[in-house]
Amino acid sequence: MFWSFIPYQDELMATADNTANQKPVCLQRREFRSLAATRFREWFILAALACCTLFTVLITVTIVCLLVGQTFQFFSMPETSITDFLFGLKWSPTLGNEKLFGIWPLICGTMLVTVIAMLVALPLGLVTAIYLSEYAPQRLRNVLKPILELLAGIPTVVYGFFALVVITPALQAVGLQVDFYNAISAGIAVGILCLPTVASLSEDALRAVPRRLREAAYGLGGTKFDVSLKVVVPAALSGIISAFLLAAARAIGETMIVAMAAGALAKLTFDPRQQIQTMTGHMASTATGDISNFDVRYYSIYAVALVLFFITLSLTVIGNIVRRRFQEAYD
Amino acid sequence: MPPKTKPKFLSRPSNSESGQVHPNIISMDNFCAWYGDFQALHNLKLDIPENRVTAFIGPSGCGKSTLLKWINRMNDIVPGARASGKLVLPDIDILSRSTDVVALRRRIGIVFQKPNPFPKSIFDNIAFGPRLHFAKLSKSDLDDLVEWALKKAALWNEVKDRLNKSALGLSGGQQQRLCIARAIAVGPDILLMDEPCSALDPASTARIEDLIFELREQYSIVIVTHNMQQAARCSDRTAFFFEGKIIEEGETEDVFTRPKEQQTEDYVTGKFG
Repeated sequence: MFWSFIPYQDELMATADNTANQKPVCLQRREFRSLAATRFREWFILAALACCTLFTVLITVTIVCLLVGQTFQFFSMPETSITDFLFGLKWSPTLGNEKLFGIWPLICGTMLVTVIAMLVALPLGLVTAIYLSEYAPQRLRNVLKPILELLAGIPTVVYGFFALVVITPALQAVGLQVDFYNAISAGIAVGILCLPTVASLSEDALRAVPRRLREAAYGLGGTKFDVSLKVVVPAALSGIISAFLLAAARAIGETMIVAMAAGALAKLTFDPRQQIQTMTGHMASTATGDISNFDVRYYSIYAVALVLFFITLSLTVIGNIVRRRFQEAYD
Repeated sequence: MPPKTKPKFLSRPSNSESGQVHPNIISMDNFCAWYGDFQALHNLKLDIPENRVTAFIGPSGCGKSTLLKWINRMNDIVPGARASGKLVLPDIDILSRSTDVVALRRRIGIVFQKPNPFPKSIFDNIAFGPRLHFAKLSKSDLDDLVEWALKKAALWNEVKDRLNKSALGLSGGQQQRLCIARAIAVGPDILLMDEPCSALDPASTARIEDLIFELREQYSIVIVTHNMQQAARCSDRTAFFFEGKIIEEGETEDVFTRPKEQQTEDYVTGKFG
């Protein structure tokens, strides 16, 4: 017979038998769960979830309010003015008679460290991500990725020491004239800290590229390198950019490493061998120092924090815009 | 492009009747393939003629796509896939370790089930392969090549004004013709097509079938299809697969009208599958 080799013929026959039988017991009884209870449970879960979300929003709003309020306090003091703060090129809150609060030396210090950190984290992280996603065999990836993510779990104070006792001496050993505290060691340490973020998020973006695009490129005779670099990386580019921006936001906000290794002298310089001070470095040293709560220096950290907040916020927003584009890139 | 009459296999001279000789371009003997411990193909023996369309038909999971993907070693990127036996081109042992898959895939292009254009412009999609393979590729050479490939795939008139627009803006049928153009732009001898119309509407399917019939003048085509009418309409030879074995193969007309095996008859008449 023609159906003698149909693989599922037994099941077909079994179904035919069952239709002759009676309905199963629960279908006869028709005892359903209480609809009211179901509806209450749904309502309760909705309320609980809304509360949790509201809590995080509240915290954010409180922090922003605190920052804005204290910043007002700062600018209401006789020594300060908004124009000097936003356009001043000198930051010397402690030394001398005249206290100067120009934010640019601190922004410059932060940017210097961030750029160095990204110069370390982006190429290394991207290469790592490409290796893990396209080249590494499954089993190796399963071992390597957790190790990589472990880097992100090391306390930042350890990175700070690492910068002081390993990176700076190493730079001096290769003949670079660096100060004991300097921007480049701190930047490299921050870069290593950001490496897992870049690598892990980029790898996710690369792996999210559909298999069929890789198949298309292999089918045209592409080598692994061609496929990775000319198809997979461009397709995942928005994801990679958003990983990069997230890591940059983290580098800008990183405090401990720069407070320990970058120095404490706010200077408008682009020379990474000198000691500098970042925005976070200033905040950390001021907050931990023996400065009275009503001192103008105390309030200055809020003004600086507000600027920092706007910088990281804009990076996050850019990252989100890019990520939204990323979702449309292929499909 | 002038309108063409739809090829109908009954009114068309078949391979044997036309008296043309088509030497075999792919031959296999005792070919077996596995995924891990599962044997997907059992001792296949098949010859695929040059400049003809050979269709692989059979129910899902019968191994026809597996065989197709071994022909240009796409299974290399599938973990656990391996094969044994003879699978050769006239001058290349496909399965040999020393065979360069880049050169192999340059000769054997593949078109997939779901259109898979790169998220790049139409031009860059076609130019992707040539840029990989051709040394000293001038801008005008590349322009000519892209135009030629798009014309060959009957897509030029629809896209000539928007070559720099994203390929993802094309319809499914256009995307699939783009993929065919992309495959022939590297100058293959053989085109493998893995259910190229299964994601397309009937009108797009008809255009692709016309195209396939047209392309066999210059390419040896192997097409996997679930659609019996499609195999009947656009192939010269047909191989019927079932559970990893070739049950019957021969001239398409013979397989569809005078099958030798009962299973083939049941399948092509739609009794199962």
